Amino acid sequence: MNRVKSWVTYLQVAPLALVFLLFLIVPIATIVVVSFFDYNTTQIIPAFLLQNYEELLLSPVTWRTYQQTIQFALITWALTLLIGFTVAYFVAFHVRSPTMQTVLFLLCTIPFWTSNVIRMISWIPFLGRHGLANTTLMNLGLIKEPLEFLLYSDFSVVLAYVHLYTLFMVVPIFNSMMRIDRSLLEAARDAGATGWQTLLNVILPLCKPGIAIGSIFVVTIVMGDFVTVRMMSGGLSASVGLMMANAMSLLQYPAAAANAVILLLLVLFIVAAMMRLVDIRKEL
Amino acid sequence: MQHGKRGPAFWLLGSFFCLFVLFLYGPTLTILILSFQGPSGGLTFPMNGVSLHWFRNLFEKQMVGDFAGSLQRSLILGAAVMLVTVVASFSAGLAFRSRFRGAGILFYLAIASLIVPSILISLGIGLLYRVLGWDPAWYSSAFGAHLTWTLPFGLLIMFAVFNRFDRRYEEAARDLGATSWQTIRHIVVPILLPSLIGVGLFGFTLSYDEFARSLYTAGTFNTLPLEIYGMTTNVTTPVLYALGTVTTGVSFLVIALSLLSVTWLRRRRARHGSDAGKAA
Repeated sequence: MNRVKSWVTYLQVAPLALVFLLFLIVPIATIVVVSFFDYNTTQIIPAFLLQNYEELLLSPVTWRTYQQTIQFALITWALTLLIGFTVAYFVAFHVRSPTMQTVLFLLCTIPFWTSNVIRMISWIPFLGRHGLANTTLMNLGLIKEPLEFLLYSDFSVVLAYVHLYTLFMVVPIFNSMMRIDRSLLEAARDAGATGWQTLLNVILPLCKPGIAIGSIFVVTIVMGDFVTVRMMSGGLSASVGLMMANAMSLLQYPAAAANAVILLLLVLFIVAAMMRLVDIRKEL
Repeated sequence: MQHGKRGPAFWLLGSFFCLFVLFLYGPTLTILILSFQGPSGGLTFPMNGVSLHWFRNLFEKQMVGDFAGSLQRSLILGAAVMLVTVVASFSAGLAFRSRFRGAGILFYLAIASLIVPSILISLGIGLLYRVLGWDPAWYSSAFGAHLTWTLPFGLLIMFAVFNRFDRRYEEAARDLGATSWQTIRHIVVPILLPSLIGVGLFGFTLSYDEFARSLYTAGTFNTLPLEIYGMTTNVTTPVLYALGTVTTGVSFLVIALSLLSVTWLRRRRARHGSDAGKAA
């Protein structure tokens, strides 16, 4: 490569690199540094203390909160995977016309471009004490009292997660499925495989990269979430994100920062484990 | 699977798909209907008449905070993020076609930017501004925070697009004497225009709807999602739904415009496309 051309290349990536430097690397470094700082009720004091980590790791509340967050992530992951795979499978293999496939795929992805906060609010008329679900069930005579667990509970939190994030599974899995050479399916059928066997032994293994990408999205989003938990549980459930937000509102910045570092390490560990299954650059 | 009659599996999976779509859109449709609730109506059914009462209520400033102001800020911010996302992703996409030092690191930074939880970015930028003694604001810190979310999407889309791009078009242009700039301006950009519109759609809507990354970075003046979130804790009238309807309306308008322009470009291309073999 000649000199001029490489100079142009660097100029072309400069905006991207600059944004990541200023708004990703430096802020994360700040979190790490501040996590060792001291603080009192009014200000943060530069220092090098391990106290923030000690307090965090020795508190049973922390462990319970992490446990609950991981539990949310696991349940959401399983549900979104199951639903997302089924939906993608239908569109990729049972819908025959390419135009129809595009239309149905778009139908699944459009909500991604609308507001999550609004989509959470929209559950209120369904799940509330006098909401559609309770009125319908009572009119049918199935229940006498309104079900209280529908809104503001772990149930509604998971429901909202599935509602918001299933499309993060649908898109990459659908993408993987569309790349499967259709003659493989024919070969499987000619070799005597039933539809079910083809699904398990041919399609599923070939969808692994899509599943891995979808899983990374869903798990990292749920692990770092706080707004869904706060809105859908009405303050009854906890999450790591919520714990950090509470520390921030009490101006305990170093405590929030220490928690952020631990969360970051945990998320990176999970992602690294899943990345072993897939080479993302090959999937584009 | 590709031939013959539809089996029971088709109908079973088809019903599942319909239920899923209902699950996706049902709640949003419900608040759309309920936002036209009569003045004495509540947060749930039944409808007490039909009116535009709650929409009028929305634009009266004293009633529900600063809706008009936050909408305006979110629209401006979304447009700015869109513009930078399209330009920066496209130019980085061009650069990534050749090898350069640091390409691997930059790629992994983009992936990291996607998987690091939004709240950590928000917290980090908020802390950084605090340590430096600066005031966070929607047009500076929140702008940067949103870019860390939209740029990786833009970059990954550009990768996918350039992987399918036929470089012979560029070579042909160069052979005909076009400069690099002319090649990009008259060949590459027009061919990739539908994808660039797609990147723009991501840039605008992800910024317009972003909550977590705005939380500690928006400063004194709220963006729209922050304003809505604030309202959920103290507003218990259908004005909340009116807000939802207007916000979702804006999103749908943007999505529809993007999809329509992409379709229009495709059609036009099909009509005016190649004239190979058509010479008299």
